[in-house]
Amino acid sequence: MTLLRKFLLRLITTAVTLFGVAVIVFIVIRVVPGNPIAMMLPPGATDADIARLQAQYGFDKSIFEQFLIWLGGVMQGDFGQSISLRQPVSSLVLGRLPATLELSVVALMIAVVMGGALALLGTLYRGTRTEGAVDISAGMALSIPDFLWGLVLILLFGVLWPVFHISGRISPALNTDFATNFYLFEAILRLKFDVVADLIAHMFMPALALAIPLAAIIAQLLKQSLKETMHLDYVTLARTKGYNENHIITREALPNAILPTLTLVGVQFTFLIGGTVIIERLFSYEGLGNMAIDAVINRDLPLIQGIVILFALLFTLVNLVVDMLYAVLNPRLRHA
Amino acid sequence: MSGYLSVRNLTVALQTGEPILRSVSLNVAAGQVHGLVGESGAGKSMIGKAVLGTLPRALHVISGEIWLDGVDLLKLSPAARRKQIGATAALIPQDPLTALNPSKRIGPQITRRLVDILGWSKQNAQARALELLDEVHIPNPERVMRSYPHELSGGMRQRILIASAFAAEPKLIIADEPTTALDVTVQKQILRLIAEMQSHHGTALLFVTHDLGVVSKVCDSLSVLYAGKVLEEARMHRFFMHPVHPYSAALLAATPTYTNPIDSLLPVSETVIEAVEQEVLEHDIRASR
Ligand SMILES: Nc1ncnc2c1ncn2[C@@H]1O[C@H](COP(=O)(O)OP(=O)(O)OP(=O)(O)O)[C@@H](O)[C@H]1O
Ligand SMILES: [Mg+2]
Repeated sequence: MTLLRKFLLRLITTAVTLFGVAVIVFIVIRVVPGNPIAMMLPPGATDADIARLQAQYGFDKSIFEQFLIWLGGVMQGDFGQSISLRQPVSSLVLGRLPATLELSVVALMIAVVMGGALALLGTLYRGTRTEGAVDISAGMALSIPDFLWGLVLILLFGVLWPVFHISGRISPALNTDFATNFYLFEAILRLKFDVVADLIAHMFMPALALAIPLAAIIAQLLKQSLKETMHLDYVTLARTKGYNENHIITREALPNAILPTLTLVGVQFTFLIGGTVIIERLFSYEGLGNMAIDAVINRDLPLIQGIVILFALLFTLVNLVVDMLYAVLNPRLRHA
Repeated sequence: MSGYLSVRNLTVALQTGEPILRSVSLNVAAGQVHGLVGESGAGKSMIGKAVLGTLPRALHVISGEIWLDGVDLLKLSPAARRKQIGATAALIPQDPLTALNPSKRIGPQITRRLVDILGWSKQNAQARALELLDEVHIPNPERVMRSYPHELSGGMRQRILIASAFAAEPKLIIADEPTTALDVTVQKQILRLIAEMQSHHGTALLFVTHDLGVVSKVCDSLSVLYAGKVLEEARMHRFFMHPVHPYSAALLAATPTYTNPIDSLLPVSETVIEAVEQEVLEHDIRASR
């Protein structure tokens, strides 16, 4: 009963959020200077040509009317037609989404593993130089934004020691017969390890660039939380039972220390997804973010609109998943 | 005099050199209950923590010996010490609300160490846990084993912690003010339960409290601690008949008994405190030579 109510409330807030985002973006991109139609026409086009196309895309109507038309289409699953690519926005956007999702999830996994390991290391050696080293590296990782990490990585692993691909998502020779656009997921399921290796070799640097700042945040937050937990009575009691320090940290303290970290990491993960826009551009990775930049350059209003809505939906979904995880991991909420 | 637990000349200090325990010696004989009394901050908990290897990181053992089951813990490697403590001793903590892991069910919190550390089979550990929960008068033990700590009352949780402490039949249990965090009504039940379990299992018990009245009920002997220094170690009868140290006598006078009703209680007098402080100071001077 309460669970159902919570779920409904969530659904409503999500809908309202998305609507608000849609309105704001709709207005902003139309107020900003730049005419999409003029940009798509060849230099010799007449004013009459422009006016005809303006009318075809509905740009001659008022913003309010345009919005209603757009909203009516969205209700039927039609997000309009991309001006620059002349294809339905929905299929364009959904076609690119898997690439960005895979990149973000791989980045998240790298961040969790790196950040988690650093936090555990720092806790195990708390009060020593090792903890100091963890603090310093986390501080350094955080003081450089993800796209600069991207440049650093390109320099290291693309130029000085070229072991990873610096651009694209997959080598053209291997880019065959995928049933979905979830290349990595599909290749793993079909046990095509040469393809997996190639995908990883492309994805590694952009994912790492996205992951490093998040890893630093996880390392700092989780270490702090772990250190506080280590003083609690049940941890002391576990010590007297003969468990070693590793067990105490990972089994007694960690499950409880994760909780306060989780919500913040959820928020940070949405920032990471936002970071894909620039990182994808930097590494010519064919994802949503890269498409978003092209769309902005071309003033492709319907496409921008579609991409922004999808990003907003993604963010709310991430928050939902975090809340659910929190409830699953916290027994005090499980029964509530 | 030497006991199952024998602490000898144990000095513990802060990094700054400020002593917290000053050449503490005390003995807990096998199967006996030894009380450890003293005012707040005297260092009672630190003695327990030193024995169980859970001293805060800011504190260090400077010198002394801690003999447990015939082995000097301070001469062992950390791993061996942990093993020795886990196999022979257990703790009944002060605050049952914070001493159980909130993210784990009760069952595993009792049984896991029996399996992990002591190598029992899962079935044996499970059976043992049920038997003990029954012994500490917990109704419907199967259900409690599946519960999370937050679903149980403080008294219930303290019973569980007592059961858990006795689970591996330790030969020594340290109970650090095991009732102060509980309701007055529950306090008596828990106290009775600990005494009952102790005599039934024949465990040596180091009972930390600041309540001489409680000590008189459950202990066979006691040590009086002031500022990290043991002022007097005595058998129960002797102590209540003829306290040797003036501070002990003052403490006794400040404790309500049948013959000493509440109205006639005296606070520990200034002169006694000054004398004890002087004694502690002299000890420090001797120790620094
Ligand atoms: N982590 C710590 N760092 C520094 N000093 C500490 C720390 N923990 C305790 N102390 C000091 O050690 C002394 C003894 O503390 P302890 O907890 O053993 O007292 P206690 O006799 O158990 O008192 P209470 O009856 O209040 O529990 C106190 O003076 C306290 O200030
Ligand atoms: Mg104490």
